[in-house]
Amino acid sequence: MFRFLLKRAALTLPTFAALMLITFMMIRMVPGDPIEVRRGERGISPERLAELRHEMGLDQPWLKQFWDYVVQILHGDFGTSIVSHEKVLTEFLTLFPATLELTLAAMIFAIVLGVPAGVFAAVRRGSFYDQALMGAALTGYSMPIFWWGLLLIMLVSGFWGLTPVSGRVDLIAFYYEPVTGFALIDSLLSGQDGAFLDALHHLALPTIVLGTVPLAVVARMTRSSMLEVLEEDYVRTARAKGLSPYRVIGLHALRNALIPVVTTIGLQTTTLLSGAVLTETIFSWPGVGKWLIESIFRRDYPALQGGIMLIAGMVILFNLLIDMLYSLINPRIRHGR
Amino acid sequence: MKRSKLIVAALLGASLMASPVMAKSLVYCSEGSPENFNPQINTTGTSFDAARPIYNQLVEFAPGTVEVVPGLAEKWEVSPDGKTITFNLRKGVKFGATKYFTPTRDFNADDVLFSFNRQWKADHPYNKVSGGAYDYFNDMGMPDLLESIEKTDDYTVVMKLKEPNSPIIANLAMDFATILSAEYGDAMLAAGTPEKLDQEPVGTGAFSFVAYQKDAVIRFKAREDYWGGKQPIDDLVFAITPDASARYAKIKANECQVMIAPNPADLEVIKADPNVNLLEQAGLNIGYLALNAQKAPFDNVKVRQAINYAIDRDSILKEVYQGAGQKAKNLIPPTIWSYNDAITDYPFDPEKAKALLAEAGVTSLSSDLWYMPVQRPYNPNGKRMAEMMQADLAKVGITVELKSFEWGEYRKRLQAGEHQMGLLGWTGDNGDPDNFFFLLGCAGGTPAGQNISKWCNKEFDDLLMSARTLTDVKERSALYAKMQEISKAEAPQVTIAHSTVFEPIRKEVEGYKVSPLGRHEFTGVSVK
Repeated sequence: MFRFLLKRAALTLPTFAALMLITFMMIRMVPGDPIEVRRGERGISPERLAELRHEMGLDQPWLKQFWDYVVQILHGDFGTSIVSHEKVLTEFLTLFPATLELTLAAMIFAIVLGVPAGVFAAVRRGSFYDQALMGAALTGYSMPIFWWGLLLIMLVSGFWGLTPVSGRVDLIAFYYEPVTGFALIDSLLSGQDGAFLDALHHLALPTIVLGTVPLAVVARMTRSSMLEVLEEDYVRTARAKGLSPYRVIGLHALRNALIPVVTTIGLQTTTLLSGAVLTETIFSWPGVGKWLIESIFRRDYPALQGGIMLIAGMVILFNLLIDMLYSLINPRIRHGR
Repeated sequence: MKRSKLIVAALLGASLMASPVMAKSLVYCSEGSPENFNPQINTTGTSFDAARPIYNQLVEFAPGTVEVVPGLAEKWEVSPDGKTITFNLRKGVKFGATKYFTPTRDFNADDVLFSFNRQWKADHPYNKVSGGAYDYFNDMGMPDLLESIEKTDDYTVVMKLKEPNSPIIANLAMDFATILSAEYGDAMLAAGTPEKLDQEPVGTGAFSFVAYQKDAVIRFKAREDYWGGKQPIDDLVFAITPDASARYAKIKANECQVMIAPNPADLEVIKADPNVNLLEQAGLNIGYLALNAQKAPFDNVKVRQAINYAIDRDSILKEVYQGAGQKAKNLIPPTIWSYNDAITDYPFDPEKAKALLAEAGVTSLSSDLWYMPVQRPYNPNGKRMAEMMQADLAKVGITVELKSFEWGEYRKRLQAGEHQMGLLGWTGDNGDPDNFFFLLGCAGGTPAGQNISKWCNKEFDDLLMSARTLTDVKERSALYAKMQEISKAEAPQVTIAHSTVFEPIRKEVEGYKVSPLGRHEFTGVSVK
């Protein structure tokens, strides 16, 4: 297991290096620079521009800038945001828990509903339920997140008044300083009556919006994988032996059917993170997605570079975890056979 | 049944005990996170709005107007030669205590010197802190204008100028001229954390800063010891809500009571909402099409006039502004003093345009027309506007090629005068006419200058310069009125529109005023 992990970790190093270079180049290829872009109609005199560019080191040759950046990263320093003058790492760590909380909630939502729905559809293959479920899944899969989010806000919050519109907690009723950055945990730690329920309430709608696409994917994947497994000889044998259908499906078939589903879930992390950008914007959710978009608009080079590196790190870490989980379910992977 | 009633009663009792007196709160749905909390180093309205509750300036704009009224300076006096301004400071003004700093002394002249010198003097210990770019201080020409700032006693500050400049009083009411606490500055410097001055603010304003969570919330508390008196609300909360539709949904659900920038598409619905008042005001801005007077044939006044006749601005107002704008006949909007209403505008008259072009001897003219790639307050859709102009100009025989660049690049190239015709505009900073008319001055007509018509008219420029030396509003008005005549006749630009600013507020909110400067201010605002 240790060797397996080491091998995987070694593979990520070149990925990181390439990512660092590409991010660095790409953002500089976008026209406009961080100083120009913050100016309105008034613009800036060429002398003053040169002066400020010099102070920020932007007048150096790009190779030198890149080298400095690499050295800085190796020292564990992700730089300082041009816009807020805060450390990029500090900003990231303040905002990331919100994204993680939302992403995890969406993933749990997708798995808890998606796996049973997929199994159910597979068992009742061709029935009305199967067709309805898969039809719904296809709709969910093609749902534009922005539209879906606003529709749900209008309907669930506006028309029915069931959930708050946006934010993470009722700002008037509750006030506590964030400790962990996770609204659910912080609200519990605050010890204020009703804060946790309120935070949960705020989390519901964004979770549904962000979880919709993964839910559809998980349901479809579970169904097709389940169908395949149900055709296998050992399932037929199990049935012939007179095992109860629950045992056959729940224990023998599902476990094997879940292997590709776990992979799919791992792959959904990236979908979730990109979906989080939109979801965070609609629901005023203070996560890293919105922060990154803002950094692009403001050409905040350090924030954008650092943010992408950190997120990439998280995705790689997550995939490593999925791999570990995968090898636990399927020993063949672990032993490289 | 009985038991559930008991539980309800218990819960009710608990909730009553938990909040003995209901604090009055107002939630404002803002659009984004501030860069930090020091207006001296910021450039965006978002950041200014977030800092304003905490601070004061020497002179200030009365809420909802561009009228300059006393702030931390009780009164001020301009010497007869216009080069010396003496400020008498207000006494007994306290800085607000916060959980991270307790001020020990009242506001005095040292705070004024500290605040200006930080931006002005390169050797000031704070000059390089937090990036050290004092955009507005430099843009308003302060370094060129200031001779000295000195205190004669603790409550008197004398500002000496290199030349008379009457717009400076309006400039000093702007956010960059905010007064910070020198005592807090010294303390942070001694503690080795100078950047805290900009992130954890201490000011003399109506509210004190409580907490900020990036992209989520900013909290303020009304001060009991504010020199202008305690505010009607107790807590002021900014709920950072980037999406315009979500902001309106929050207003509807009473999760916030005031919001910025509604979606234009939502305006009809908002107007019909019985719980919401939709406030509107003509914005302090202008969108125009600049005609490059240094490039033939736009050096010919007849060609410039022809363009003015050829463009159908009424259709543009309907299509591009969707009614949220008013046709501009002058460079300044009608809310600014010295607006010359006697000016006759160019009507839409393609025949007249053709005749003028023929008179000028211009046949088969082809030109470029630049449009900005981004939405601006004075122009919701540059591309659509340019396309409509292209169609209008084709009708009078002018072939137009549309061009655009990335925003920073676009502005730079326009200022360099690379274009023939180009769309741009302006948002006023302080309501002084000079803040608009300098756009057509000769100094701006040089390469990299603000005057993108590159039009330099001696008579216009002389009037602009002499208006700066006068302090009497009536005398200045007369000059500006004359300048509007000249610029209309000479037609260096097509003045298109002043856009309208909309702000939805809940019916329960009282005393809120839309600021022509695009500010969002909460002093004097109460909630029923």
